[in-house]
Amino acid sequence: MATSFKDALNSGKFVVTSEIGPPKGTNVDKMCHHIDLLKDKVDGLNVTDHQSSVMRFPSLGGCLLIKERDCEPILQMTCRDRNRLALQAELLLAYTRGIRNVLCLTGDAIPVGDHKEAKEVFDLDSAQLLSAIRQLESGKDLGGNDLDGAVQFCAGAIVTPEARPIEPQLIKFDKKVEAGAEFFQTQAIYDLDNFSKFMQYARQFPVKVLAGIVLLVSARMAKYMTENIPGIFVPQNLIDELAGAPKGEALNKGIEIAGQMIADLKKNSICDGVHIMAIGREEVVPDILAAAGLSAG
Amino acid sequence: MKSITKQKALEEIEEQMEGLERVCIIGCGTCATMTRTGGREEVLDMKERLEGVGKMVTGWTVIPTACDEMTEIALRQNNGAIQIANCILVMSCALGVHRVVSYIDKPVIPALDTLFIGVEDSPGNFREVCAQCGQCLLGETAGICPITACHKGLVNGPCGGTNNGKCEVDKEKDCAWALIYQRLEKQGRLNLMRRYQPPRNFQVTPRPRITAIL
Repeated sequence: MATSFKDALNSGKFVVTSEIGPPKGTNVDKMCHHIDLLKDKVDGLNVTDHQSSVMRFPSLGGCLLIKERDCEPILQMTCRDRNRLALQAELLLAYTRGIRNVLCLTGDAIPVGDHKEAKEVFDLDSAQLLSAIRQLESGKDLGGNDLDGAVQFCAGAIVTPEARPIEPQLIKFDKKVEAGAEFFQTQAIYDLDNFSKFMQYARQFPVKVLAGIVLLVSARMAKYMTENIPGIFVPQNLIDELAGAPKGEALNKGIEIAGQMIADLKKNSICDGVHIMAIGREEVVPDILAAAGLSAG
Repeated sequence: MKSITKQKALEEIEEQMEGLERVCIIGCGTCATMTRTGGREEVLDMKERLEGVGKMVTGWTVIPTACDEMTEIALRQNNGAIQIANCILVMSCALGVHRVVSYIDKPVIPALDTLFIGVEDSPGNFREVCAQCGQCLLGETAGICPITACHKGLVNGPCGGTNNGKCEVDKEKDCAWALIYQRLEKQGRLNLMRRYQPPRNFQVTPRPRITAIL
């Protein structure tokens, strides 16, 4: 990969990132296959950090594999499992291994995951983690001590444009910008009018916004997400479209919907790019890009 | 203020009493009575249950407030029953257990788990309102504690898990930050929510926390 993610963000091009879900175990074959499949088609690849509080191979490990395979990793860091010492130490390690992009998240709560009796940390929150990165860049740690060698990261955060109510989210968004976020990946969006309204707000700030595109694979999944995943609302017309697809064709319909959304976002210059989350269907990300009319590379 | 407790399962109490056949039971007339976990009725019920599994109850008492220093006098009044017992079963919150431990050398076994410090919203319904963190933020959060009322204890606003004003962990529970937002908005003080809160100081004093009021 010739261009860094930060350069891509600043180039004015429509940026495309995607996401790799690491394995539960040590068999990284599938993850490596997904990296190889996507590395020349995207500007950066995120690796999730125990997504939904389910213990997996770590984000940092996945990012190192991405780096080895000559692609641009985006390290996801949640505040759920590490206190400020561990978070800072991991940032130091990541930097020495060539990782230059960090996505700061609060992290899902432990009770939604598969280790329900574990201790939650949340020593820092996402805004404080962003601030910690900027502090490490200044050559000092959070204790105010001098570092022998600082870091430099392109740091980002997430935002939920379809959260209801939206106002508290926007205040948090402002605080993340103030704390040093350069880019935002959004929670899945499906309502482009609503997202455009959010973008009008976000455009006041000097940050890049990548719209979250979550692939819909069936009407059931779309309904489930709307009912159960905070901040995700799939409009009824899309659910109907998926339900109306011929047997075995729902996935293709989902690819078409995702592709169309990306094409619309790009055509109308609504945001700076997209972050595609195929959640277990990484294989079809190239098909989504093709449906969006985005050529490889 | 109430110390909210729940009774341990009899099996767990029995396990802790293994080899200790004679027991004196101590209840508490304050919080554990109000929560119906260690008042007179529950002490008598426990007596019956322990006798049912073959233990000998040498005596029982309900101390007015098990955590205060008058406990020493109450224990002295029950000295006979305590002397012949192998162990003491305390049906109060952990504060009362600590108090009893400080006066008696025999094994002291807690019959209750201490859950939280709470207020009673309606008879029998208790809610945690303070985590005793040592740095009160209530003045900046419209009187709603984000340390206690937010599952993650976030101080800079809601996480992405907030949904229609509810919490991702429990759809029945309000998102603390949705409540804080609503109240601050009503008060015209949303600027307080916009203020960046730095990482919390978890070392207000090293544990155990001790204070002397002069």
